Amino acid sequence: MNQSTAKRSAGDVMLEARGMSKRFGEHTVLQDINLSIQRSEVVCLIGPSGSGKSTLLRSLAFLENYDDGEVFVEGELLGYDRARDGRRVRSRPSRLSDVRRNMGMVFQQFNLWPHLSVVENVMEALLRVRGMKSADARRLALTTLEKVGLAEKADAWPNRLSGGQQQRVAIARSLAMSPAIMLFDEPTSALDPELVGEVLQVMRQLAEEGMTMVVVTHEMGFAAKVADRVLFLDQGHIVEQGPPTRLFRHPQSPRLAQFLGNYLERNTLFEAAPAPNHVDD
Amino acid sequence: MFDLALLIQGLPLLLAGLWNTIWLSACGLALGFLIGIGVCSLKLSERGALRRLGGAYISVFRGIPLLIQLLFIYYLLPRLGLDVPAWVAAIAGLALCSGAYLAEILRGGLLTLPAGQVEAARLLGLSGRTILTRIELPQALRATLPALLNEVILLIKASSLISAVGLAELTRTAQNLAASSFLQLQFYLAAAVLYCVVNISLALLAGRLERRFAKGRA
Repeated sequence: MNQSTAKRSAGDVMLEARGMSKRFGEHTVLQDINLSIQRSEVVCLIGPSGSGKSTLLRSLAFLENYDDGEVFVEGELLGYDRARDGRRVRSRPSRLSDVRRNMGMVFQQFNLWPHLSVVENVMEALLRVRGMKSADARRLALTTLEKVGLAEKADAWPNRLSGGQQQRVAIARSLAMSPAIMLFDEPTSALDPELVGEVLQVMRQLAEEGMTMVVVTHEMGFAAKVADRVLFLDQGHIVEQGPPTRLFRHPQSPRLAQFLGNYLERNTLFEAAPAPNHVDD
Repeated sequence: MFDLALLIQGLPLLLAGLWNTIWLSACGLALGFLIGIGVCSLKLSERGALRRLGGAYISVFRGIPLLIQLLFIYYLLPRLGLDVPAWVAAIAGLALCSGAYLAEILRGGLLTLPAGQVEAARLLGLSGRTILTRIELPQALRATLPALLNEVILLIKASSLISAVGLAELTRTAQNLAASSFLQLQFYLAAAVLYCVVNISLALLAGRLERRFAKGRA
């Protein structure tokens, strides 16, 4: 029983970083990051700007090449191959794509392709990577757009949509490739406040369906309600981590307490001071 | 000064010259475009050696006058044992030269694209070639259409230099007709009109394309 549980949980590590470090020139932005993310786990990365949380996320997708340590995606080393002499060399692009095949990513700036219509944005990878026929790709794209509530915008140009709608298209574009892990890099930070909710709603739905998610966010309410685990980063270190209730109610480190204090102060300017455990959208 | 009968008589020759101008320029530009994409990719490469190679190409073929390039190629090829007709030398010269300019125009267009678009494409598994042809180039072409049109028109006009390798394109034909008839103004004016017809047609076409592309942008 114990053995089988152990086996299952070991096989269910979706994403893992071991002793990962990243430098920009002389400046160390990530220092000895150890992180293991289980299937269906929702992990939120929080921290002040410049703390390295976006760089950490981008390193987990090898959009930044980490300098030391290792990142494994479903057990496969990401971004590097071991050469015969034991040293490591950068993976060829095709190998990198192969290791990342079950990974989707959503960006702060949406990064839709403006010369393609909404449905064409979603179809592109289905056609060119999956090799699907056009009609099949369109059908799947429309189904996926429906999931994010945008089927009726299929033939619109991305730039005609609101930011919230664009971000939902970007999520659909990733989802159409049926990823097992989704990375979100501040997905609501570029949005007008009234558009944040619709994107968080889609993300919450994904979490409920069991998607493995790593989310860099400033939305403490989302982290508090949806995350299984919250990681607090500061100056390139994971300072503190745990379930959101514990982190938000009983921060251990003074830095996290200060960070949460600033956050609450900023968001409750015109309200009665809330209890420290009152965290809302 | 003007003689309608002689003009009509010379017209088939002028049109034949125009045809040479058009097809030699078109082939030169088409090849030049491929060269431009290649050289532009070199200049945007992550590897320093490739970047320098692309830069060297641009320096050489943008730096040397087209006339010299044409003559050089025309006399070089036979020395290399390549007995090719003059039109091959002409197209090669036009392609090599326009490739250098087109590479820089395209590079300018590619640099305006947000890096995130390519990152998103990579994460979805699109190959480098697919990203270039499906994501980057279509947008770079739209963004640089006015500059590309400039380059196309400049090249069509510069193609008058291929007369140096013995081809009777429009300018040379007009020169011949002017010399034999002593009606210089008539035949140079005729050539000028024909060049204008071609280039203005191209400008109208580009304008239509531009308006079509603009539809997708908010």
